[in-house]
Amino acid sequence: MTLYFTDEHEWIAVDGMTATVGITDYAQEQLGDIVFVELPAIGVKLTKGGDAAVVESVKAASDVYAPVSGSVTEVNPDLEGEPGLINSAPEASGWLFRLTLSDPSELDGLMDQAAYVDFLKSL
Amino acid sequence: MSNTDYQDDEPDALEPELLPLDGWHRAKGARMVPFAGYLMPIQYEGIMAEHLWTRANAGLFDVSHMGQVQLSGPEVAEKLEALVPGDISALKQGRMRYSLLLSEDGGILDDLMITNMGDHLYIVVNGAVKYDDLGTLREELPDEITINLLDEQALLALQGPKAAYVLARLVPDITALTFMQAGQFDWNGVPLSISRSGYTGEDGFEISVPNDHVAALADALCAHDEVKPVGLGARDSLRLEAGLPLYGHDLDDQIDPVQAGLAFAISKRRRVEGGFPGAVRILRNLTDGAPSQRVGFLVEGRQPVREGAAIFAGETEIGVMTSGGFAPSVDAPIAMGYVPIGFAAPGTSLSADVRGKRIPVTVTAMPFIPHTYVRQGAVK
Repeated sequence: MTLYFTDEHEWIAVDGMTATVGITDYAQEQLGDIVFVELPAIGVKLTKGGDAAVVESVKAASDVYAPVSGSVTEVNPDLEGEPGLINSAPEASGWLFRLTLSDPSELDGLMDQAAYVDFLKSL
Repeated sequence: MSNTDYQDDEPDALEPELLPLDGWHRAKGARMVPFAGYLMPIQYEGIMAEHLWTRANAGLFDVSHMGQVQLSGPEVAEKLEALVPGDISALKQGRMRYSLLLSEDGGILDDLMITNMGDHLYIVVNGAVKYDDLGTLREELPDEITINLLDEQALLALQGPKAAYVLARLVPDITALTFMQAGQFDWNGVPLSISRSGYTGEDGFEISVPNDHVAALADALCAHDEVKPVGLGARDSLRLEAGLPLYGHDLDDQIDPVQAGLAFAISKRRRVEGGFPGAVRILRNLTDGAPSQRVGFLVEGRQPVREGAAIFAGETEIGVMTSGGFAPSVDAPIAMGYVPIGFAAPGTSLSADVRGKRIPVTVTAMPFIPHTYVRQGAVK
């Protein structure tokens, strides 16, 4: 499994053609208490950079963009009852959705963990 | 990921100013955002925790962005009545009143607190429009009325059920104040102007303090275990639960006081005599009912309905939400907005559009959380 990051503060864990997507610890920290998550429908085809999900904190609604293109195969069922998982475990049980990659070459433009840590330091 | 909120109210704003407590906020771990021309603390440990803390203990808010203005001169109360619908000349020394600065056609230019301090009136106006207000006041008040912006004064609000207990340990005499009363006090030689008021629905105080002493006062208050600093984010969710409108969102220059549900601010004598801007429209609305009305909404489910969401009755768009979000003490999303008078009765079932999805909402009486003001004559 390989971990990638975007400059929009999403993480992508890739295993073969399957990618699991979530928001980073930095992102949840910026958003504050998450109270609601709108996830994509299973089967929907996401395009890299397009709207994928909406994460809502007490005050703000934030769009999550698809970091790569693909078809949604699964969404995190636990978030409906416990959206705060995104705050408590953003890079584990607070994952958002899974998709099947339609163009794995899109991963080439993403950051690895070390690059993302450097990126955070530059903010 | 893109954050769609917390944007500056003034898109053309200059470089934001720094509050007298800027360094203090940062040392307390605040995240600072531009708001009303200032860099303001939006939150420290988190909006939810700060909100609930204020309802259970005491929250310290820095509201120094607001305009503190002194008005003085001959018959200043009578002169100010030409601009607001309140009975200001009947306001006794040490008493304060919520009022509205009105435009010629009765729209709300700002909402404000007016206090009779004896030899002058002390008013507090919203930060985002304070310079506009000063312009209106200067233009409309006679030249012999002196208008003084107190920009050497910071403003703190201490709000919550433990606010009086904590503040009395610094300034024992404040226990004599009840809701909407004010006075001058002394704290270790520092003059404080304190009122028992606020915008959270809780008992609490607003404290005007010289800029040079505000950090020492904030430290002295936060030295008590009952007090934590609370940011702008929780201030917004607290006032929303209290059913209190926010200028620039729930109120603007197109909305009159009757539409806004603020008819209580139109004093009895003024209803009879008129003589305030837009009196014809406002008094007609008082008699006949306003065409639309600000109401509160309970929201079904957990998805927040926010400012800007269109309100529907069946398939017909009838209004718009002007505030909304997740209410930590209600533990559910709530909203307020404007609907035609025929849809304003509590219990009316409507829906709101959120990203193409219709969320069921129900008109409800406000406040969402009961006010806990300590009123004169009430059993303590």
